[in-house]
Amino acid sequence: MTININEKTADVIIVGAGIIGSASAYYLAQKGLSVIVLEGSKNIGDGGSSRNGGGVRQSGRDPRELPLVMWGIENLWPTLSEELGVDVEYTQKGNLRLGKTEAHLKTLKGLADRAIACGLDVRMIDGDEVRAINPYLSEEVIGASWCPTDGHANPLTATLGYYKKARELGVRFITGEKVVQIKKIKGQVRQIITENNVYESDKVLVAAGYQSRKILSTVGIDVPMEALKMSCLVTEAEPKMFDQMLGTAEADFYGHQSKHGSFVFGGSTGFEGMDKDNGRPISSSLGASCTCRGIMKYFPALSQAKIVRSWSGWIDRCADLVPVISPVEEVPGLYIACAFTGHGFGIAPAAAYNIAEMIADGKTTIDISALRYDRFKPKL
Amino acid sequence: MEKVITSQGIVDRSKDIGPFVPEADDDRLICRCEEITKGEIRKAVHEGMYTVTEVRRYLRAGMGLCQGQTCGRFVKGIIASELGVSPAELEPATSRSPMRPVEMAVLGHEV
Repeated sequence: MTININEKTADVIIVGAGIIGSASAYYLAQKGLSVIVLEGSKNIGDGGSSRNGGGVRQSGRDPRELPLVMWGIENLWPTLSEELGVDVEYTQKGNLRLGKTEAHLKTLKGLADRAIACGLDVRMIDGDEVRAINPYLSEEVIGASWCPTDGHANPLTATLGYYKKARELGVRFITGEKVVQIKKIKGQVRQIITENNVYESDKVLVAAGYQSRKILSTVGIDVPMEALKMSCLVTEAEPKMFDQMLGTAEADFYGHQSKHGSFVFGGSTGFEGMDKDNGRPISSSLGASCTCRGIMKYFPALSQAKIVRSWSGWIDRCADLVPVISPVEEVPGLYIACAFTGHGFGIAPAAAYNIAEMIADGKTTIDISALRYDRFKPKL
Repeated sequence: MEKVITSQGIVDRSKDIGPFVPEADDDRLICRCEEITKGEIRKAVHEGMYTVTEVRRYLRAGMGLCQGQTCGRFVKGIIASELGVSPAELEPATSRSPMRPVEMAVLGHEV
Protein backbone atom coordinates (compact mmCIF):
# COMPACT_ATOMS: atom_id res chain seq x y z
CA MET A 1 0.00 0.00 0.00
CA THR A 2 1.36 3.43 -0.92
CA ILE A 3 0.87 6.07 1.71
CA ASN A 4 1.27 9.75 0.91
CA ILE A 5 3.04 11.03 3.99
CA ASN A 6 2.36 14.66 3.15
CA GLU A 7 -1.39 14.11 3.09
CA LYS A 8 -3.08 15.94 5.97
CA THR A 9 -6.65 14.83 5.33
CA ALA A 10 -8.42 11.55 6.05
CA ASP A 11 -11.95 10.15 6.31
CA VAL A 12 -11.51 10.11 10.10
CA ILE A 13 -8.95 11.76 12.35
CA ILE A 14 -8.46 10.29 15.81
CA VAL A 15 -6.93 12.30 18.63
CA GLY A 16 -5.02 9.97 20.96
CA ALA A 17 -3.10 6.76 20.21
CA GLY A 18 -4.06 4.81 23.30
CA ILE A 19 -5.82 1.48 23.05
CA ILE A 20 -9.16 3.17 22.29
CA GLY A 21 -7.70 5.35 19.51
CA SER A 22 -5.53 2.58 18.05
CA ALA A 23 -8.26 -0.08 18.15
CA SER A 24 -10.89 2.29 16.71
CA ALA A 25 -8.44 3.10 13.90
CA TYR A 26 -8.03 -0.62 13.23
CA TYR A 27 -11.78 -1.32 13.04
CA LEU A 28 -12.35 1.80 10.88
CA ALA A 29 -9.57 0.73 8.50
CA GLN A 30 -11.21 -2.69 8.24
CA LYS A 31 -14.31 -0.90 6.98
CA GLY A 32 -12.21 0.74 4.26
CA LEU A 33 -11.93 4.23 5.74
CA SER A 34 -8.69 6.23 5.71
CA VAL A 35 -7.56 7.21 9.20
CA ILE A 36 -4.90 9.47 10.73
CA VAL A 37 -4.16 9.12 14.45
CA LEU A 38 -2.52 12.11 16.16
CA GLU A 39 -0.69 11.43 19.41
CA GLY A 40 0.66 14.25 21.58
CA SER A 41 3.31 12.23 23.39
CA LYS A 42 6.30 10.44 21.87
CA ASN A 43 4.95 6.93 22.54
CA ILE A 44 1.97 4.91 21.37
CA GLY A 45 -0.18 3.94 24.36
CA ASP A 46 1.53 6.25 26.81
CA GLY A 47 -1.40 6.91 29.12
CA GLY A 48 -3.71 4.53 30.95
CA SER A 49 -3.52 2.01 28.09
CA SER A 50 -0.07 0.91 29.24
CA ARG A 51 -0.63 1.81 32.89
CA ASN A 52 -3.29 -0.50 34.29
CA GLY A 53 -3.71 -3.83 36.06
CA GLY A 54 -4.66 -5.77 32.92
CA GLY A 55 -8.14 -6.76 34.08
CA VAL A 56 -10.61 -8.06 31.49
CA ARG A 57 -13.56 -8.20 33.81
CA GLN A 58 -17.31 -7.79 33.93
CA SER A 59 -17.93 -8.18 37.66
CA GLY A 60 -18.09 -4.93 39.59
CA ARG A 61 -19.07 -2.93 36.53
CA ASP A 62 -21.96 -0.51 36.16
CA PRO A 63 -25.03 -1.92 34.33
CA ARG A 64 -24.68 0.88 31.76
CA GLU A 65 -21.37 -0.51 30.46
CA LEU A 66 -21.90 -4.22 31.24
CA PRO A 67 -23.57 -5.19 27.93
CA LEU A 68 -20.62 -3.74 26.01
CA VAL A 69 -17.90 -5.52 27.98
CA MET A 70 -19.88 -8.80 28.05
CA TRP A 71 -20.18 -8.67 24.27
CA GLY A 72 -16.43 -8.04 23.89
CA ILE A 73 -15.52 -10.95 26.16
CA GLU A 74 -17.85 -13.22 24.19
CA ASN A 75 -16.85 -12.06 20.70
CA LEU A 76 -13.48 -10.29 20.53
CA TRP A 77 -11.09 -11.22 23.33
CA PRO A 78 -10.92 -15.01 22.69
CA THR A 79 -9.44 -14.57 19.19
CA LEU A 80 -7.64 -11.23 19.62
CA SER A 81 -4.06 -12.61 19.65
CA GLU A 82 -4.70 -14.46 16.41
CA GLU A 83 -6.38 -11.46 14.83
CA LEU A 84 -3.61 -8.98 15.72
CA GLY A 85 -0.67 -11.36 15.23
CA VAL A 86 0.62 -10.39 18.69
CA ASP A 87 0.26 -12.41 21.90
CA VAL A 88 -2.08 -10.33 24.08
CA GLU A 89 -1.87 -13.06 26.79
CA TYR A 90 -5.63 -13.25 27.26
CA THR A 91 -6.43 -15.60 30.15
CA GLN A 92 -10.07 -16.31 30.97
CA LYS A 93 -9.86 -18.09 34.32
CA GLY A 94 -12.21 -16.04 36.46
CA ASN A 95 -12.15 -13.12 38.85
CA LEU A 96 -12.27 -13.24 42.65
CA ARG A 97 -13.30 -10.01 44.33
CA LEU A 98 -12.25 -10.60 47.90
CA GLY A 99 -13.83 -9.58 51.19
CA LYS A 100 -12.45 -9.66 54.73
CA THR A 101 -15.40 -8.21 56.68
CA GLU A 102 -19.21 -8.50 56.65
CA ALA A 103 -19.32 -4.94 55.28
CA HIS A 104 -17.09 -6.00 52.38
CA LEU A 105 -19.37 -8.95 51.61
CA LYS A 106 -22.38 -6.66 51.62
CA THR A 107 -20.69 -4.35 49.08
CA LEU A 108 -19.72 -7.30 46.89
CA LYS A 109 -23.19 -8.83 47.06
CA GLY A 110 -24.76 -5.53 46.02
CA LEU A 111 -22.47 -5.41 42.96
CA ALA A 112 -23.08 -9.09 42.18
CA ASP A 113 -26.88 -8.76 42.39
CA ARG A 114 -26.77 -5.80 40.01
CA ALA A 115 -24.69 -7.79 37.49
CA ILE A 116 -26.86 -10.91 37.80
CA ALA A 117 -29.83 -8.73 36.80
CA CYS A 118 -27.88 -7.97 33.58
CA GLY A 119 -27.43 -11.68 32.89
CA LEU A 120 -23.85 -12.09 34.15
CA ASP A 121 -22.77 -15.40 35.70
CA VAL A 122 -21.41 -14.15 39.04
CA ARG A 123 -22.08 -15.47 42.54
CA MET A 124 -21.03 -15.04 46.17
CA ILE A 125 -18.84 -17.80 47.63
CA ASP A 126 -17.52 -18.40 51.16
CA GLY A 127 -13.90 -18.43 52.39
CA ASP A 128 -13.43 -22.17 51.96
CA GLU A 129 -14.64 -22.07 48.38
CA VAL A 130 -12.33 -19.10 47.71
CA ARG A 131 -9.37 -21.14 48.96
CA ALA A 132 -10.48 -24.13 46.88
CA ILE A 133 -10.10 -21.86 43.82
CA ASN A 134 -6.95 -20.11 45.07
CA PRO A 135 -5.22 -21.98 47.92
CA TYR A 136 -2.66 -19.21 48.50
CA LEU A 137 -5.21 -16.81 50.00
CA SER A 138 -5.02 -16.24 53.77
CA GLU A 139 -7.70 -17.08 56.35
CA GLU A 140 -8.46 -13.36 56.58
CA VAL A 141 -10.53 -13.75 53.39
CA ILE A 142 -14.06 -14.73 54.47
CA GLY A 143 -15.78 -14.59 51.10
CA ALA A 144 -15.72 -13.24 47.58
CA SER A 145 -17.71 -12.68 44.46
CA TRP A 146 -16.73 -15.16 41.75
CA CYS A 147 -17.17 -14.53 38.05
CA PRO A 148 -15.76 -17.45 36.02
CA THR A 149 -15.83 -15.65 32.65
CA ASP A 150 -13.64 -12.74 33.80
CA GLY A 151 -9.90 -12.73 33.22
CA HIS A 152 -6.85 -10.67 32.35
CA ALA A 153 -4.55 -9.80 29.45
CA ASN A 154 -1.35 -7.86 28.73
CA PRO A 155 -2.19 -4.17 28.21
CA LEU A 156 1.20 -3.40 26.64
CA THR A 157 1.07 -5.98 23.86
CA ALA A 158 -2.68 -5.52 23.32
CA THR A 159 -2.32 -1.76 22.79
CA LEU A 160 0.78 -2.09 20.59
CA GLY A 161 -0.84 -5.03 18.79
CA TYR A 162 -3.80 -2.89 17.72
CA TYR A 163 -1.35 -0.17 16.66
CA LYS A 164 0.78 -2.59 14.65
CA LYS A 165 -2.22 -4.12 12.87
CA ALA A 166 -3.84 -0.75 12.14
CA ARG A 167 -0.52 0.54 10.76
CA GLU A 168 -0.32 -2.52 8.50
CA LEU A 169 -3.80 -1.66 7.18
CA GLY A 170 -2.56 1.80 6.21
CA VAL A 171 -3.56 3.87 9.23
CA ARG A 172 -1.13 6.77 9.70
CA PHE A 173 0.02 7.28 13.29
CA ILE A 174 1.85 10.51 14.00
CA THR A 175 3.48 10.95 17.42
CA GLY A 176 4.73 14.20 18.95
CA GLU A 177 1.78 15.91 17.28
CA LYS A 178 -0.14 17.57 20.10
CA VAL A 179 -3.67 18.71 19.23
CA VAL A 180 -4.49 22.13 20.63
CA GLN A 181 -7.76 22.96 18.91
CA ILE A 182 -10.64 21.56 16.91
CA LYS A 183 -12.13 24.14 14.57
CA LYS A 184 -15.58 24.17 12.99
CA ILE A 185 -16.16 25.58 9.52
CA LYS A 186 -19.79 26.43 8.67
CA GLY A 187 -20.89 24.67 11.85
CA GLN A 188 -19.22 21.39 10.93
CA VAL A 189 -16.00 19.95 12.41
CA ARG A 190 -13.25 20.50 9.89
CA GLN A 191 -9.79 21.47 11.14
CA ILE A 192 -7.67 19.71 13.74
CA ILE A 193 -4.95 22.12 14.74
CA THR A 194 -1.76 20.83 16.37
CA GLU A 195 1.18 22.79 17.77
CA ASN A 196 2.84 22.63 14.36
CA ASN A 197 0.32 21.63 11.69
CA VAL A 198 -3.28 21.72 10.52
CA TYR A 199 -5.10 18.51 9.59
CA GLU A 200 -8.54 18.31 8.00
CA SER A 201 -11.39 15.86 8.26
CA ASP A 202 -15.18 15.87 8.54
CA LYS A 203 -15.06 13.30 11.32
CA VAL A 204 -12.99 13.55 14.49
CA LEU A 205 -12.85 11.09 17.36
CA VAL A 206 -11.42 12.52 20.59
CA ALA A 207 -9.95 9.62 22.58
CA ALA A 208 -7.22 11.37 24.54
CA GLY A 209 -7.99 10.25 28.09
CA TYR A 210 -8.08 13.15 30.55
CA GLN A 211 -6.52 15.47 27.93
CA SER A 212 -9.78 15.12 26.00
CA ARG A 213 -11.36 17.67 28.31
CA LYS A 214 -9.14 20.54 27.20
CA ILE A 215 -9.42 19.60 23.52
CA LEU A 216 -13.24 19.29 23.68
CA SER A 217 -13.47 22.68 25.39
CA THR A 218 -12.29 24.28 22.11
CA VAL A 219 -15.67 23.39 20.59
CA GLY A 220 -17.65 24.17 23.75
CA ILE A 221 -18.14 20.61 25.00
CA ASP A 222 -17.34 19.49 28.54
CA VAL A 223 -17.06 16.02 30.05
CA PRO A 224 -16.94 16.24 33.85
CA MET A 225 -13.86 14.24 34.85
CA GLU A 226 -10.67 14.55 36.86
CA ALA A 227 -7.16 13.13 36.53
CA LEU A 228 -6.51 10.71 39.38
CA LYS A 229 -3.02 9.24 39.85
CA MET A 230 -2.81 5.55 40.75
CA SER A 231 0.25 3.34 41.13
CA CYS A 232 1.19 -0.29 40.48
CA LEU A 233 4.13 -2.56 41.21
CA VAL A 234 5.65 -5.58 39.48
CA THR A 235 7.49 -8.52 41.03
CA GLU A 236 10.25 -10.59 39.51
CA ALA A 237 9.12 -13.75 37.68
CA GLU A 238 7.79 -16.27 40.21
CA PRO A 239 6.80 -19.92 39.73
CA LYS A 240 3.22 -20.13 38.51
CA MET A 241 0.79 -19.79 41.42
CA PHE A 242 -2.65 -18.90 40.04
CA ASP A 243 -4.57 -17.80 36.95
CA GLN A 244 -7.40 -15.68 38.35
CA MET A 245 -7.77 -11.92 38.20
CA LEU A 246 -8.06 -10.55 41.74
CA GLY A 247 -9.68 -7.53 43.26
CA THR A 248 -10.91 -6.58 46.72
CA ALA A 249 -14.00 -4.93 48.12
CA GLU A 250 -11.76 -2.40 49.85
CA ALA A 251 -9.76 -1.72 46.65
CA ASP A 252 -6.54 -2.12 48.69
CA PHE A 253 -5.07 -4.08 45.81
CA TYR A 254 -5.90 -5.72 42.49
CA GLY A 255 -3.93 -7.64 39.91
CA HIS A 256 -2.80 -10.98 38.53
CA GLN A 257 0.19 -13.16 37.70
CA SER A 258 1.28 -12.53 34.14
CA LYS A 259 2.26 -15.16 31.59
CA HIS A 260 5.87 -14.11 32.13
CA GLY A 261 5.56 -15.07 35.82
CA SER A 262 5.72 -11.63 37.39
CA PHE A 263 2.83 -10.40 39.49
CA VAL A 264 1.30 -7.06 38.56
CA PHE A 265 -0.55 -5.48 41.47
CA GLY A 266 -2.13 -2.09 41.75
CA GLY A 267 -3.06 -0.46 45.01
CA SER A 268 -4.05 2.79 46.63
CA THR A 269 -2.77 4.81 49.60
CA GLY A 270 -5.80 6.95 50.33
CA PHE A 271 -3.99 10.05 49.08
CA GLU A 272 -5.15 9.63 45.48
CA GLY A 273 -6.04 12.96 43.93
CA MET A 274 -3.93 14.85 46.46
CA ASP A 275 -0.46 14.26 45.06
CA LYS A 276 1.92 17.03 44.27
CA ASP A 277 1.77 17.34 40.51
CA ASN A 278 4.80 18.13 38.42
CA GLY A 279 3.07 17.27 35.17
CA ARG A 280 4.18 13.64 35.05
CA PRO A 281 2.74 10.62 36.84
CA ILE A 282 5.51 10.06 39.39
CA SER A 283 5.19 7.18 41.89
CA SER A 284 5.02 8.44 45.47
CA SER A 285 7.36 6.92 48.04
CA LEU A 286 4.37 5.65 50.02
CA GLY A 287 2.61 3.75 47.23
CA ALA A 288 4.65 0.58 46.70
CA SER A 289 5.22 0.02 50.45
CA CYS A 290 1.54 0.43 51.21
CA THR A 291 0.51 -1.93 48.40
CA CYS A 292 3.05 -4.54 49.62
CA ARG A 293 1.43 -4.46 53.08
CA GLY A 294 -1.98 -4.91 51.50
CA ILE A 295 -0.86 -7.85 49.35
CA MET A 296 0.93 -9.68 52.20
CA LYS A 297 -2.28 -9.76 54.29
CA TYR A 298 -4.00 -11.65 51.48
CA PHE A 299 -0.95 -13.64 50.24
CA PRO A 300 1.51 -14.37 53.07
CA ALA A 301 3.40 -16.65 50.63
CA LEU A 302 4.41 -13.65 48.52
CA SER A 303 6.32 -11.86 51.32
CA GLN A 304 9.69 -12.91 49.87
CA ALA A 305 8.78 -12.03 46.26
CA LYS A 306 10.98 -9.19 45.05
CA ILE A 307 9.59 -5.97 43.64
CA VAL A 308 11.49 -4.99 40.48
CA ARG A 309 9.65 -1.81 39.57
CA SER A 310 6.78 0.47 40.40
CA TRP A 311 5.00 2.94 38.19
CA SER A 312 1.97 5.17 38.10
CA GLY A 313 -0.50 6.61 35.68
CA TRP A 314 -3.54 8.81 35.52
CA ILE A 315 -7.11 7.62 35.53
CA ASP A 316 -9.60 9.82 33.65
CA ARG A 317 -12.19 9.58 36.40
CA CYS A 318 -15.67 10.49 35.23
CA ALA A 319 -18.21 12.17 37.53
CA ASP A 320 -20.42 9.04 37.38
CA LEU A 321 -17.57 6.52 36.94
CA VAL A 322 -18.54 5.19 33.50
CA PRO A 323 -17.11 6.27 30.14
CA VAL A 324 -18.45 8.69 27.57
CA ILE A 325 -18.81 7.03 24.15
CA SER A 326 -20.97 9.22 22.01
CA PRO A 327 -21.55 11.25 18.87
CA VAL A 328 -21.98 14.98 19.54
CA GLU A 329 -24.90 16.11 17.38
CA GLU A 330 -24.50 19.79 18.33
CA VAL A 331 -20.98 19.71 16.81
CA PRO A 332 -21.56 17.70 13.61
CA GLY A 333 -18.67 15.32 12.87
CA LEU A 334 -17.43 15.16 16.49
CA TYR A 335 -17.27 11.87 18.42
CA ILE A 336 -16.05 11.28 21.96
CA ALA A 337 -14.56 8.22 23.70
CA CYS A 338 -12.99 9.09 27.03
CA ALA A 339 -13.48 9.09 30.82
CA PHE A 340 -13.10 5.30 31.11
CA THR A 341 -12.35 5.82 34.83
CA GLY A 342 -9.59 3.25 35.26
CA HIS A 343 -11.44 0.30 33.80
CA GLY A 344 -11.03 1.07 30.12
CA PHE A 345 -8.64 -1.71 29.14
CA GLY A 346 -10.91 -4.76 29.32
CA ILE A 347 -13.75 -2.94 27.58
CA ALA A 348 -11.49 -1.40 24.90
CA PRO A 349 -11.93 -3.93 22.05
CA ALA A 350 -15.74 -3.87 22.36
CA ALA A 351 -15.79 -0.10 22.77
CA ALA A 352 -13.56 0.44 19.73
CA TYR A 353 -15.55 -1.98 17.57
CA ASN A 354 -18.76 -0.11 18.38
CA ILE A 355 -17.06 3.29 18.02
CA ALA A 356 -16.04 2.34 14.46
CA GLU A 357 -19.67 1.38 13.75
CA MET A 358 -20.92 4.61 15.34
CA ILE A 359 -18.65 6.68 13.07
CA ALA A 360 -18.90 4.65 9.84
CA ASP A 361 -22.46 3.32 9.96
CA GLY A 362 -24.31 5.61 12.40
CA LYS A 363 -25.52 2.60 14.40
CA THR A 364 -23.90 0.16 16.81
CA THR A 365 -24.18 -3.57 17.59
CA ILE A 366 -24.60 -2.82 21.31
CA ASP A 367 -26.87 -0.04 22.57
CA ILE A 368 -24.47 2.49 24.11
CA SER A 369 -26.96 5.34 24.51
CA ALA A 370 -26.52 5.24 28.31
CA LEU A 371 -22.94 6.43 27.74
CA ARG A 372 -23.90 9.67 25.98
CA TYR A 373 -21.95 12.88 26.59
CA ASP A 374 -25.04 14.91 27.57
CA ARG A 375 -26.19 12.67 30.43
CA PHE A 376 -24.64 14.79 33.22
CA LYS A 377 -27.06 16.81 35.31
CA PRO A 378 -26.46 18.76 38.53
CA LYS A 379 -27.83 17.09 41.67
CA LEU A 380 -30.54 19.70 42.29
CA MET B 1 15.03 10.40 2.19
CA GLU B 2 13.25 12.66 4.66
CA LYS B 3 14.30 12.25 8.29
CA VAL B 4 12.07 10.04 10.44
CA ILE B 5 12.11 12.45 13.39
CA THR B 6 11.48 16.09 12.42
CA SER B 7 13.16 19.00 14.17
CA GLN B 8 9.91 19.49 16.13
CA GLY B 9 9.99 15.88 17.36
CA ILE B 10 7.12 14.76 15.12
CA VAL B 11 7.32 11.16 13.91
CA ASP B 12 5.09 9.85 11.13
CA ARG B 13 5.04 6.11 11.69
CA SER B 14 4.25 5.49 8.01
CA LYS B 15 7.47 7.04 6.70
CA ASP B 16 9.51 4.51 4.76
CA ILE B 17 12.52 3.29 6.78
CA GLY B 18 13.38 0.60 4.25
CA PRO B 19 12.90 -3.16 4.58
CA PHE B 20 14.13 -5.38 7.41
CA VAL B 21 17.39 -6.91 6.20
CA PRO B 22 18.75 -9.81 8.30
CA GLU B 23 22.30 -9.32 9.64
CA ALA B 24 24.94 -11.88 10.62
CA ASP B 25 24.86 -10.98 14.34
CA ASP B 26 21.06 -10.86 14.70
CA ASP B 27 21.12 -13.74 17.19
CA ARG B 28 23.32 -11.79 19.64
CA LEU B 29 21.69 -11.44 23.08
CA ILE B 30 21.19 -7.78 23.94
CA CYS B 31 18.82 -7.93 26.94
CA ARG B 32 20.32 -10.70 29.05
CA CYS B 33 17.59 -10.73 31.71
CA GLU B 34 14.79 -11.35 29.22
CA GLU B 35 16.93 -12.97 26.51
CA ILE B 36 16.03 -10.61 23.69
CA THR B 37 18.26 -10.61 20.60
CA LYS B 38 19.46 -7.84 18.34
CA GLY B 39 17.41 -9.29 15.47
CA GLU B 40 14.21 -9.23 17.53
CA ILE B 41 14.77 -5.57 18.40
CA ARG B 42 15.55 -4.64 14.78
CA LYS B 43 12.45 -6.48 13.59
CA ALA B 44 10.28 -4.73 16.21
CA VAL B 45 11.38 -1.36 14.80
CA HIS B 46 10.11 -2.42 11.37
CA GLU B 47 6.85 -3.50 12.99
CA GLY B 48 6.41 0.10 14.16
CA MET B 49 8.11 0.23 17.56
CA TYR B 50 10.13 3.42 17.15
CA THR B 51 10.95 4.33 20.76
CA VAL B 52 12.87 2.62 23.57
CA THR B 53 9.65 2.59 25.61
CA GLU B 54 7.66 0.91 22.85
CA VAL B 55 10.31 -1.78 22.25
CA ARG B 56 10.42 -2.38 25.99
CA ARG B 57 6.67 -2.85 26.20
CA TYR B 58 6.51 -4.94 23.03
CA LEU B 59 9.45 -7.31 23.65
CA ARG B 60 10.21 -6.91 27.39
CA ALA B 61 13.77 -5.79 26.56
CA GLY B 62 14.88 -3.90 29.68
CA MET B 63 12.01 -5.16 31.83
CA GLY B 64 13.86 -7.92 33.67
CA LEU B 65 15.79 -8.06 36.94
CA CYS B 66 18.25 -5.28 36.03
CA GLN B 67 15.49 -3.09 34.57
CA GLY B 68 17.58 -2.21 31.53
CA GLN B 69 20.55 -0.89 33.51
CA THR B 70 22.79 -3.18 31.44
CA CYS B 71 21.20 -3.16 27.98
CA GLY B 72 19.37 0.19 27.86
CA ARG B 73 22.12 1.95 25.94
CA PHE B 74 22.51 -0.90 23.43
CA VAL B 75 18.77 -1.13 22.77
CA LYS B 76 18.67 2.60 22.11
CA GLY B 77 21.63 2.37 19.72
CA ILE B 78 20.04 -0.45 17.73
CA ILE B 79 16.71 1.40 17.37
CA ALA B 80 18.49 4.62 16.36
CA SER B 81 20.57 2.84 13.75
CA GLU B 82 17.48 1.14 12.29
CA LEU B 83 15.67 4.50 12.07
CA GLY B 84 18.73 6.28 10.68
CA VAL B 85 18.86 8.83 13.51
CA SER B 86 21.38 9.65 16.24
CA PRO B 87 20.87 7.83 19.58
CA ALA B 88 20.76 11.31 21.14
CA GLU B 89 17.44 11.89 19.38
CA LEU B 90 15.79 9.03 21.30
CA GLU B 91 14.72 9.21 24.92
CA PRO B 92 15.88 6.47 27.28
CA ALA B 93 13.22 4.37 29.04
CA THR B 94 12.03 5.80 32.35
CA SER B 95 14.04 4.59 35.36
CA ARG B 96 11.74 3.15 37.99
CA SER B 97 12.14 2.50 41.69
CA PRO B 98 13.32 0.45 43.45
CA MET B 99 16.89 0.64 42.19
CA ARG B 100 17.48 -3.07 43.02
CA PRO B 101 14.88 -5.84 43.45
CA VAL B 102 13.54 -5.67 47.03
CA GLU B 103 11.47 -8.28 48.93
CA MET B 104 7.88 -7.29 49.71
CA ALA B 105 8.50 -7.95 53.40
CA VAL B 106 11.34 -5.38 53.36
CA LEU B 107 9.68 -2.76 51.15
CA GLY B 108 6.40 -3.17 53.02
CA HIS B 109 8.00 -2.21 56.32
CA GLU B 110 9.25 1.09 54.99
CA VAL B 111 6.82 3.80 56.06
